[in-house]
Amino acid sequence: MQIDLSLLIPEIALAALGMMVLIFGLIIPKGSRQGLGWFTTISLLAVIGLVVAGWNNQGSLYEGMFVVDRYAMFFKITFLVAAFLVALGSMRYVDKYLGDQSEYYSMMLFATLGMCVMASAGDFITLYLGLELMTIAFFVLVCFRRMETKSVEAGMKYVLLAGMSSAVLLYGLSLIYGVTGSILIPEVGRMVALNPSPALMLGLVMLVAGLGFKISAVPFHMWSPDIYEGAPTPVTAFLAVGSKAASFAVLLRIFVEALPGIWANWTMLVAILAAVTIIVGNLVAIPQTNIKRMLAYSSIAQAGYILVGLVTASEAGIKGVMFYGFLYVFATVGAFTVAGYFYNKTGSDEIKDYAGLAQRSPLMAAVMLTVLLSMAGIPPLAGFAGKFYLFKTIVDDYLWLAFIGMVMSMVSVYYYLRVVLVMYRDDPPEGSAPIQVSGPVTLTLLVALLATLYIGVYPGPLSEIVNSAAHSFFVH
Amino acid sequence: MVEFAMQHAWLVPLLPALSFVIIVLLTRPWQKLSALVSIACMVSSCVIATLAAYGIFTNHEFTEKPLVYAARWFSLGLPGAPDLVVNVGVQLDPTSAMMIFMVSLVASLIQIYSVGYMEGDPGFSVFFSYLSLFASSMLLLVISSNLLQMFVAWELVGLCSYLLIGFYTHKISAREAAKKAFVTCRVADFGLLLGLLSLQIVFGTLDMVELSEKIHHFQEYTTAGVLTLIAVLVFIGPIGKSGQFPLHVWLPDAMEGPTPVSALIHAATMVVAGVYLVGRTMFLFSQVPAAMELVAVTGAFTALFAASIALTQREIKRILAYSTVSQLGYMMLALGVGSLTASMFHLWTHAFFKALMFLGAGSVLHALHHKADVWEMGGLIKKMPVTGWTFVIGGLAIAGIPPFAGFWSKDEILSMAFNSGHYVLFAMGAITAFMTAFYMWRLIFLAFFGDEKPENHPHESPVFMTAPLVVLAFLATVGGLVGTPWTPWDINWANWIWFHEAHHAEPNYMVMLGSVILAGAGIFLAYQLYYVDKARAKAHALADKYRALHTLSYNKFYIDEIYLWFNHSIVDGAAKLFFLFDIYIVDGIIINGIAAVTRLFGEGARISQTGRLQNYALVFFLGVLAVAVILAFTNPSSAGLMLGGVK
Repeated sequence: MQIDLSLLIPEIALAALGMMVLIFGLIIPKGSRQGLGWFTTISLLAVIGLVVAGWNNQGSLYEGMFVVDRYAMFFKITFLVAAFLVALGSMRYVDKYLGDQSEYYSMMLFATLGMCVMASAGDFITLYLGLELMTIAFFVLVCFRRMETKSVEAGMKYVLLAGMSSAVLLYGLSLIYGVTGSILIPEVGRMVALNPSPALMLGLVMLVAGLGFKISAVPFHMWSPDIYEGAPTPVTAFLAVGSKAASFAVLLRIFVEALPGIWANWTMLVAILAAVTIIVGNLVAIPQTNIKRMLAYSSIAQAGYILVGLVTASEAGIKGVMFYGFLYVFATVGAFTVAGYFYNKTGSDEIKDYAGLAQRSPLMAAVMLTVLLSMAGIPPLAGFAGKFYLFKTIVDDYLWLAFIGMVMSMVSVYYYLRVVLVMYRDDPPEGSAPIQVSGPVTLTLLVALLATLYIGVYPGPLSEIVNSAAHSFFVH
Repeated sequence: MVEFAMQHAWLVPLLPALSFVIIVLLTRPWQKLSALVSIACMVSSCVIATLAAYGIFTNHEFTEKPLVYAARWFSLGLPGAPDLVVNVGVQLDPTSAMMIFMVSLVASLIQIYSVGYMEGDPGFSVFFSYLSLFASSMLLLVISSNLLQMFVAWELVGLCSYLLIGFYTHKISAREAAKKAFVTCRVADFGLLLGLLSLQIVFGTLDMVELSEKIHHFQEYTTAGVLTLIAVLVFIGPIGKSGQFPLHVWLPDAMEGPTPVSALIHAATMVVAGVYLVGRTMFLFSQVPAAMELVAVTGAFTALFAASIALTQREIKRILAYSTVSQLGYMMLALGVGSLTASMFHLWTHAFFKALMFLGAGSVLHALHHKADVWEMGGLIKKMPVTGWTFVIGGLAIAGIPPFAGFWSKDEILSMAFNSGHYVLFAMGAITAFMTAFYMWRLIFLAFFGDEKPENHPHESPVFMTAPLVVLAFLATVGGLVGTPWTPWDINWANWIWFHEAHHAEPNYMVMLGSVILAGAGIFLAYQLYYVDKARAKAHALADKYRALHTLSYNKFYIDEIYLWFNHSIVDGAAKLFFLFDIYIVDGIIINGIAAVTRLFGEGARISQTGRLQNYALVFFLGVLAVAVILAFTNPSSAGLMLGGVK
């Protein structure tokens, strides 16, 4: 069988870039490594271009272990856009707090590579390799501020808990392999339908737990607030967006392609998990006073919304997940970039310190307002369109879940608007200066703002792209 | 060029929107620059609109088949068979071409005028940004190919009117007027929204071309009764927006805004939107005679009613405002008797003379430092010749004296009402014509002629303000010549803008002569009462003799007071009840209950969120167990599998 390496170009490029950035870090003297940020950003843009250029080049490699379909490509674009925006928005933060530019950017690139492998994984081994590549890169990133106790503590917790969840996930995968005799996802799909056994169900439970950990679904979410709070803010943003989206890519791949035969067994389970995640995420976000913690819980709730798309295991549901995953990038990166830059300037993550931000920096306040309202699902912002596509799939059969989603969206407006209120109503503290927003951060914020508005007002084009991507999922 | 303009007509609403964004984000600190940006965009938009209109009016095929450029906005459902498709686009046919030309022209003139009028105002730049947005929304409204898109623009127009009426935020009356306009229109918009939703539900589309084809044989979709209901619901929107009785109350108060805004609202944007909407949806109304009658009667009654109020008002802009309401009634009447031609024709001529008169009034107020009572003016024409004489032209046009613009369109409406057999409505229209001539010339004689008041020191306005007046006066003079019965058929209004079929109006000399006599009589009466009789003793005597009627008219038939009473007694009473319900049931039980549960939840979460790793691990594994249990219980077959291993 001929191996068409052109399908692997984005992954090869990412791996090469990651190593190049590391080597550059060794060559370039310490004081002048700021350029690496720009290098990484621009290279990521080029890789996005490569993926987009290969949009029509679908296929699979290594006997189906590595699948490049539009579904995978769309997710890759999502990760790359997220990495691009995070790298762009975090340059100043990295220079000021982290210092080791080359290690930081190369770890980001390796994490992105891991995500891309996950999206393309056609079998359990590739999947697990991608997952671990991503997770280990994140271990390093989370405790990057190694002089900061919080950061190190978060890193330690993440290592231990993620290791535990990986073990559970592996256990689940091995059980499924034991029952079906295959690790190739389509092959498993054929066998599962023939042979539903208790061991398979146990495998299913382990899978839900292992991947539920990654997407921080309740009750496997306990790690995320602590780690989101402790990690450097750009890393938190990337963790919240990239890691979550990649795990959703895998989740959909396994559940819709390998386990549709026992759909009737897991659909209610997923619906309940989604409901609990939405409820807990939103309710616990209410009393938070730290913006990163609030966003952590909100991101738990968002994961719940996205999980809704899996319930029906249909094309429309997959479309909803991909659509929401994409717009979620802009909302989350926008919010965390503001939070990170604000911390950069003021050294605070407390919501009460955001008082008068609208006067100190209209742009930051406007972006924060827009992305928070988008997360809350207020039209005409992107989040509304996304939630609409997601909930539309379940309105017929799971009305109660849609109802919970709506009610909890309303609840979420409360804690989102509290931030807005503080930013716009309150006066800035005495003697505080206006915040000058640096060039790259301005660019990141504008991209987040415009994309959120554009997708919300005119969802048509993205919706068409996602349609074709979701469609490719079902034709192999 | 023309080809380009027709293909890119979407630029017409976009350019002013762009200038809104530019001013708000970038140029706000520089007043002159902002005005320049705004006017440049508006004039470019006007040029494109003119070219596009030229293209439409030189090509007769577009009267039958509109030129539509549409793009998919969004769709729902599966790619192959979407449940709901919403397009956005531009629809160019003679009606919309006429509108974009007229709106962009009048808006351009008003913006130029505002440079002079708003000079020195601290909100100068903001004012121009709002004007741009207003014009943009209105242009989007008239050019829409889809009723949903139109509704978006409709709401934007409402928002802009709110912002502009309340522009002088330091004035309480302005703020109140802005709220009144917004709330009144919201009430009406609700009806419109219901109507549109029903159309979507029944016919599955809001696309104008598609909808008109489907409604043409509506029996396949629904009954005549339902369609009538839908038409009435749709009509509620225009009742509010176009200030028809009984929702006209906001329009006279809307003059609290700066005068250029009043001109924009009353002439080119906002209020004619309602008339235009009914005109655009004639395919709906023409199918249901009852709704048509409703439109006609509402229009005729509003015309007469508003004119009778205008007879006794004292403030210059208030008189003009009621005349607008009255003229809008004419337009509705024309639509109701089935003549899109006459209605749009009057809309067209009215835009010019009403913009002219409002800007003239603005010029007067500018000169007299906002002294608004016409009784305190007098002899202004000597000191302000341009303003004065252009205002006189406006007065001749609105009174319906040939050959000024208003004569031709008003005559067309009256003869249409007469020919269609609506004799009562025709009579109401004719009486209104008399009243119009009288109250308008009462204003002119009081303000511009007679003795000068020594306490006033009027001066002519700067050229920025007088130049638009001259242009508008010219248009108010000749604007009607495109639609006379003797205009060559090729360029005749009736050959281009019509519904169902073009109809060449034969001159109805009886109606024509009658309306001229009525107008002449009105002017003559005003002349006698307010010009010849310098002391105006006869006028006062007349007012005393019919004291009750005069009071009724002067107090606008107490409509505002009736609404107020309704609000205080019934709405407030209901509100009190709801308030108690809110305090004790909603707040007391529901909200506090939820808050308590949430607090408990938050506490619980905080306790569980210990920060200790071993606890997290414990929760994780408990979670695994919980998932297993849920899986076992949510599905009987898997329960069997898990518990007993039974296959």
